[in-house]
Amino acid sequence: MFARENKLTAWHLGVAMIALFIGGFFGPLQKLEYVGVNLYSTLNKIGIASYYQGLTLHAVLNALVWTTFFIVGFFTFTITRSLNKELTMPKLNAVGLITMIIGLIMAAIPILMNLATVLFTFYPPMKANPFFYIGLVLVVVGSWICGWGFYLTYFAWRKENPGVQTPIIALGSLITMVLWQIATLGVATELLVMVIPWSFGLVEGIDPQLARTFFWFTGHPLVYFWLLPAYVSWYGMMPKQAGGKLFSEPLARLVFWLFLALSVPVGLHHQYLDPGVPAGWKFLHGLLTYSLFLPSMLTAFNVVASLEIGGRNNGGTGLLGWVRALPWGDPSYAAQNLAMILFVFGGIGGLTNSSYNLNLVIHNTSWVPGHFHLTVGSAVTLTFFGILYWLVPKLSGKPLWNRKVALVQAWTWFAGMLLMGNGLHILGLNFGVPRRTMVGVAAYASDAWNPMLIEAAIGGIILGISGLLFYSNMIGTVLSKKRLEAPIEMPVAEAYDEHPAPAWLDNWKPWLAITVVLIVVAYGPILFDMIANANMTSPGFKVW
Amino acid sequence: MIHVDRSEKIYIIISVALIAVFFVAVAVSSFVYGIQVPLPESRVDPRTIATPAPGNFFGEPGLYEVGPGKYNAYIMSQIWSFTPREITVPVGSTVTFYVTSKDVQHGFRINETNVNMQIVPGEVSKLTVTFDEAREYDYICHEYCGVGHQTMAGKIIVTEQ
Repeated sequence: MFARENKLTAWHLGVAMIALFIGGFFGPLQKLEYVGVNLYSTLNKIGIASYYQGLTLHAVLNALVWTTFFIVGFFTFTITRSLNKELTMPKLNAVGLITMIIGLIMAAIPILMNLATVLFTFYPPMKANPFFYIGLVLVVVGSWICGWGFYLTYFAWRKENPGVQTPIIALGSLITMVLWQIATLGVATELLVMVIPWSFGLVEGIDPQLARTFFWFTGHPLVYFWLLPAYVSWYGMMPKQAGGKLFSEPLARLVFWLFLALSVPVGLHHQYLDPGVPAGWKFLHGLLTYSLFLPSMLTAFNVVASLEIGGRNNGGTGLLGWVRALPWGDPSYAAQNLAMILFVFGGIGGLTNSSYNLNLVIHNTSWVPGHFHLTVGSAVTLTFFGILYWLVPKLSGKPLWNRKVALVQAWTWFAGMLLMGNGLHILGLNFGVPRRTMVGVAAYASDAWNPMLIEAAIGGIILGISGLLFYSNMIGTVLSKKRLEAPIEMPVAEAYDEHPAPAWLDNWKPWLAITVVLIVVAYGPILFDMIANANMTSPGFKVW
Repeated sequence: MIHVDRSEKIYIIISVALIAVFFVAVAVSSFVYGIQVPLPESRVDPRTIATPAPGNFFGEPGLYEVGPGKYNAYIMSQIWSFTPREITVPVGSTVTFYVTSKDVQHGFRINETNVNMQIVPGEVSKLTVTFDEAREYDYICHEYCGVGHQTMAGKIIVTEQ
């Protein structure tokens, strides 16, 4: 059973890891550039023309490709195992995977040819080669097709199991996939209706303000698409790995539904400083963004309480003694727990970003990459590493090559991100150092920046080493000749509380209705207004 | 309803109260104390906005005195510079910045002030600041705008009265 699912998962994860390897390679180079060590002239020889071409590769491969491929692969595994049901139409999921890979290749070629050095935000009227945009669309559409395969499987399971509650791992995965499909309607509209016809020269002008608004319609829920698979593991698997149980299963379900309802109608908080968006809409999105703080606060309590049950089961006593009794020697567990700790800092910084006018102080400064390296770069990526430490052995049937190396990897990632995150946050907050800039040669650079630039660079180098440790372990595992002695199963946490979740926490209709209403209320009038008064005046520019 | 543990109930109440306090603080600071973000000002055609014409201040960007100690600064962004590159005002001046772009998106931030704006072609970004200290301030482009992005900056020189 599950042979096809395992194969599909392995393909998705393999592509994801290759993307992160190439994208991650540029990370330490960027931080070295910050302290005046410019290796980009050397990279010219392998066809990397500029810092910004490298930065485009770093952002597109890490933030879009690594995440999307990992998540779709992980869900192929979690949904089928959690429902204990094979995919009903595995061919559909294979078509989805192939579409994603074709899209990836189509987008990668223009980037590598320096025809799409537009970063992952590709703000018009910067104009890339059309195939870059078409490739991105295909990656998204491929992930939709995989999602449809999940839904068909879920519907079939539902029919066979009337009245049975959807297991939380499957429910969380499915909600995340639906969230993704609703969220990506924004960027799909931007690309298909505005950018692609314009990049082919079929229309002369584009409205950059409207394009930005469509982009951020997708841009914020995108971060929850990254984060929620980590939550699936934190809620559904980690309590089991820690020897505990899920403290409040109903509240965990509620958290996923709240993210579905609240993730999309908040995108304008990325546009607080845009000239073309009125105050009322910015403020409304600010309020809705604040409400997203609640499900993350609920998660902090619930997950820590679940781990505490584990620590106490393992013999830990006293106020904090249970923390020492957690399975810190298990690299899968340790990586994910360290990811959670970094997410505390990421979450607090995120409150600043989402605060209507406080955002003025840090907007587009290095604070922002500091923030998202603690969130998507740590909470998400380090959790994914932790998952891969059991999932790759499971799929390959071979034990993890070296557990000690994996533990060192988790801790060095933690240390590297702390240093780099701290450096970037302070550079942005105290000195206004801009993000996505070749800081080492900036016209306005100041000696006062040096201590934090050095700290960030040390963090970046530690992260590079940590990344190499991760890949040596993955390659070592896959090439190993050893076989697993006992099969590995997906860890599934039991519910601690015996009260079953009420039926409304397993019912899509009310939640989908709330989601649609909130989007229509928060985006309908402003988008209608912007479209009706579109300013399609900007011709395209190639500025690299 | 969901069964919720007592300690978790207390925690949820505290979390909601925290969010409410933050929200009120932000609302008061923005609407009572007037710490504002850029809001819709006017729309322009980026293809013609740099052309000198009667009434088009962006055709001749620079500093315009509009009253005692009050100025409007019109700044044009283009790859990879601002026009003008330097502005001199006496200490105590209140300056309203109007910034637009004739090509791609840019950013405009005056370091150590609350002036921070996205510059979007077709739109005019506007914020006002009072310079109370005689010193220099950098204004820099903070949105990636091509390979020369890191050179795009200017200076405000605030002189003694």
